[in-house]
Amino acid sequence: MSKQAQHWEKTRNHLFITLAIWFVFSIGIFFFGAEMEASNFRPLGYPLSYYMTCQGSLGIFVILIFWFANRQEKIDEEFGYTEREGG
Amino acid sequence: MIKGKFIDNLPKVYGIYTGGFLVFIILMAIAEQAGMSAKLIGIFFVAFTVFIYAFIGWLSRTMQADAYYVAGRQVPTVFNGMATAADWMSGASFVAMAGGIYFKGYGYMALLVGWTGGYVLVASLLAPYLRKFGCYTVPDFIGTRYGGNLARLSAVLVLTVASFTYVTAQINATGTIASVALDIPFGIAVYVGLASILMCSMLGGMRAVTWTQVAQYIVLIIAYLLPVFWISNKMGAGFFPHFMLADEVARIAELESQFGLGSVKNSAADLATVPKGLAGITKAHSEVNTTPWKFISLAVCMMAGTASLPHVMMRYFTTPSVKTARRSVGWSLFFIFLLYSSAPMLATLSKLSLMDPNLSTGIIGKSIADVQALDWYQNWNQANLMFVSDFNGNGTLELNEFFMGGKAVVLATPEIAGLPYVISGLVAAGGMAAAMSTADGLVLAISNALSHDIYYKIINPKAETAKRLIVARVLLFLIGFAGASIAALEIQGILGSVIWAFDFAMSGLFFPLVLGVWWKRANAPGAVAGMLLGLISGTAYLIWVRNGGSGFWGITQLTFGIVGSLVSLVSMVVVSLITKAPDAATQRMVDEVRVPSGKTVLSRN
Repeated sequence: MSKQAQHWEKTRNHLFITLAIWFVFSIGIFFFGAEMEASNFRPLGYPLSYYMTCQGSLGIFVILIFWFANRQEKIDEEFGYTEREGG
Repeated sequence: MIKGKFIDNLPKVYGIYTGGFLVFIILMAIAEQAGMSAKLIGIFFVAFTVFIYAFIGWLSRTMQADAYYVAGRQVPTVFNGMATAADWMSGASFVAMAGGIYFKGYGYMALLVGWTGGYVLVASLLAPYLRKFGCYTVPDFIGTRYGGNLARLSAVLVLTVASFTYVTAQINATGTIASVALDIPFGIAVYVGLASILMCSMLGGMRAVTWTQVAQYIVLIIAYLLPVFWISNKMGAGFFPHFMLADEVARIAELESQFGLGSVKNSAADLATVPKGLAGITKAHSEVNTTPWKFISLAVCMMAGTASLPHVMMRYFTTPSVKTARRSVGWSLFFIFLLYSSAPMLATLSKLSLMDPNLSTGIIGKSIADVQALDWYQNWNQANLMFVSDFNGNGTLELNEFFMGGKAVVLATPEIAGLPYVISGLVAAGGMAAAMSTADGLVLAISNALSHDIYYKIINPKAETAKRLIVARVLLFLIGFAGASIAALEIQGILGSVIWAFDFAMSGLFFPLVLGVWWKRANAPGAVAGMLLGLISGTAYLIWVRNGGSGFWGITQLTFGIVGSLVSLVSMVVVSLITKAPDAATQRMVDEVRVPSGKTVLSRN
């Protein structure tokens, strides 16, 4: 497999992991709105369903994007695809 | 001269700007104590901030194509994040969102999840690859990747439909705020708003819009956060409201049952006396009040729409590299998160201020005559945003007898909670900044697509730069004017139009953009079919449901993008597979897009 094909395979796998996490917190958990509301796990004292829509999912998305960017940069470095600054 | 130096000095420049703005707020507060009238404070706030933006727009004037279309591709990561956040957060986010949460609770918060989750798609599926491509506009990517004028034209069509729907709503919002703050009729205020928008974008294109958007973000975030923190502290609810309002949320639920929420219903005859557009509290504050499918379908539409809206995507064309484009998406979402996570807190504080009899600001349970004598009630009642009526004739205000407009939650809460008027002036300036920054981005997206993709790429490829940029500015003016004229007619509410814009963009552009990077086999006929059939089927579904059609799968006029994008996906895949695979040159181009280093794809061809 060529270097480029390997890089793309790693990039694609990284994408699938990212999208899987994204799916859980943007779609998956909201199938269980009523269950979250009834849950005894109450972050900061808020009902779980309320908390996830106000802060939880939103904050996870912010962290997820930075994590995604960091790991993607590592993949690019590994294959020598790092850009020169200002390029 | 200003270029290299200006970029290096950005933190200092905007630091001084922020400090100056805070000093201005303090001066206004002193002026208020000295007896300056509320109206004059409002005028000062709006006029002063708009003047600053126009000044930045003038400083950033340019006659270079790279600066006009993509701000010279040298906007640093964090600042591009701020500019994107301002570009993104519109009058709907600033003025309408907290109100929506206040009235509709959990079901409405699908928008919060959708409008943030979409950025994960932007970062992972699109932004870095489009940056590597090196295009000026989104149709530029479609036109070059798939080849042919038909693909380019179809992309321009979808972009125009979606962005134009969106921009009329924003000009409407600037008009609403300008008319209240400057005390002029709405029909005139719309054109005042338009003039301010054009001043920011006409001379300097993307470069001017970038630097005004950063300035607008600073104003709007201060204007949103300051009242939230102030009210929370004043009420004794906690010095950091985001982490400390759990007791208040629980208290609202307690008060709701005490005041008979849901058990006491208004008769149709009573409701007919309530002015149009105002609503009472009918849904519990924190309860799960919608089906999973309703919540998820709305969130999905907003997420896919986020990843297809050209005015957001083109902000990532302005970063210096692919890597910075990716990081910049993270910063964008961080700056958006600051406001979005505060909206539910504002809704909570606003509701509790009104409901809790233990607070001096609470009005439920007080006598109707007392409430009607309140200064702020009279002001907002006059503005047609508040209404009380003694339906049961007991002389006391019940929960079901108090009505408010959605905008009032953000605009009136500072006054209700007893904050000085200077805060209300600040909030008006923030709303103006939010609506202006989004309108700027949208008008620029449309006029750039028309001037670059239609005029330069299709009609007159030999046009000189100077001529292209003049055409771009004339188009900018015409589109702004058309948007203002339609906004003056007030056809659809602000929030409704915004949601439609997302559905239109998702119907026509989501899959053609994503598959352009991630599926090599996608070709021009497939993309054209995907864009046109997606847009047509989505629009048809919208018209059908609007005219009393029953719809299917629980898809409403707010989620018609699901129909459009599914048709788009299927037709794109089927048509691509039954027609010829793209040629070797195109395949190579896709390979190049996938490698972050090296020159942009367009500069090589």
